[in-house]
Amino acid sequence: MALTDKQVERYSRQIILEQVGGAGQEKLLSSKVLIIGAGGLGAPAALYLAAAGIGTIGIVDYDRVDLTNLQRQIIHHTGDLGTEKVISARAKIRAINPDVTVRTHQTKVSGENISEIIKQYDFAIDGTDNFPAKFLINDACYFENVPFSHAGILRFDGQLMTVLPGKTTCYRCIFGAPPPAGVVPSCSQAGVLGVLAGVIGSLQATEAIKYLLGIGDLLTNTLLTYNALTMQFRKVRLNRNPDCPLCGENLQITELQNQEQPVVCNLKDCKC
Amino acid sequence: MKLIVNGKDTSVSEGLTVSQLLVEQNVKMPDMVSVELNGKILRRADFETTTLRDNDRVEFLYFMGGGRGAN
Repeated sequence: MALTDKQVERYSRQIILEQVGGAGQEKLLSSKVLIIGAGGLGAPAALYLAAAGIGTIGIVDYDRVDLTNLQRQIIHHTGDLGTEKVISARAKIRAINPDVTVRTHQTKVSGENISEIIKQYDFAIDGTDNFPAKFLINDACYFENVPFSHAGILRFDGQLMTVLPGKTTCYRCIFGAPPPAGVVPSCSQAGVLGVLAGVIGSLQATEAIKYLLGIGDLLTNTLLTYNALTMQFRKVRLNRNPDCPLCGENLQITELQNQEQPVVCNLKDCKC
Repeated sequence: MKLIVNGKDTSVSEGLTVSQLLVEQNVKMPDMVSVELNGKILRRADFETTTLRDNDRVEFLYFMGGGRGAN
């Protein structure tokens, strides 16, 4: 796919980068990235990937835009309140860059549907807020062999790691299984700095671009942690775990399962 | 003895177990923390029986959700 003059101009600031070039830009334009969750992490990731000219961006989300989202989910604007998040996100992506094809998946990921969605893409970004979804994404990416970026945020802390399934440390290597419902606080319970989501979501987009271009060092076998109060980034080297139930030596998980865990406390209609 | 806990030099008493270190470091919900000891993820069942040695490198790794939505 040859670049048009307009595309050469639009992407000129990254085409002049030695590690990108015209060939790299063409690669990005023919790449497909899935963003699971059009929320705090998915919003900046989607906007930057769109601007960078990722040819196809898939957005998975079942929810509608809520007033509490706008403090950090910068892909959604005040005028989008009540709109489906996938529709709101698609509109902003198209407004930034009409080169991008947007595929919307208005659904909650589950053991039944995730494989069909994930396998259409070259790279996935986990922008979900709950542990069953995070484990489900980890497992589905393993079975479909789709690399992905894991991330989590809470209060002033963030973490991320890139997983090349079967080759590098996976989410289960570290955490094993989802915690019991309600034990680990969520952003709606404990709060989160909006810009923290921007920092971590942007780092996830960076990893996606590096993976697609085959440049630099990915955050594989490494958990990057960040604290916004101390401004400290730390890379924690994490080796693959031979006891991992998914990719370890004794295979315990051999097919995709729904990761059951009841919904955790939500301030708006808290029953706990 | 000296440990390196989450990248920081930390002095602790001899013979401390991983479980005791979690308490000493005021880690909330120690059952929910993953622990890497000298580059290996430790089984949670082994926290109580694993005794730390001088110069061990310990990382506490926390579950972190966040991201999408408020639901």
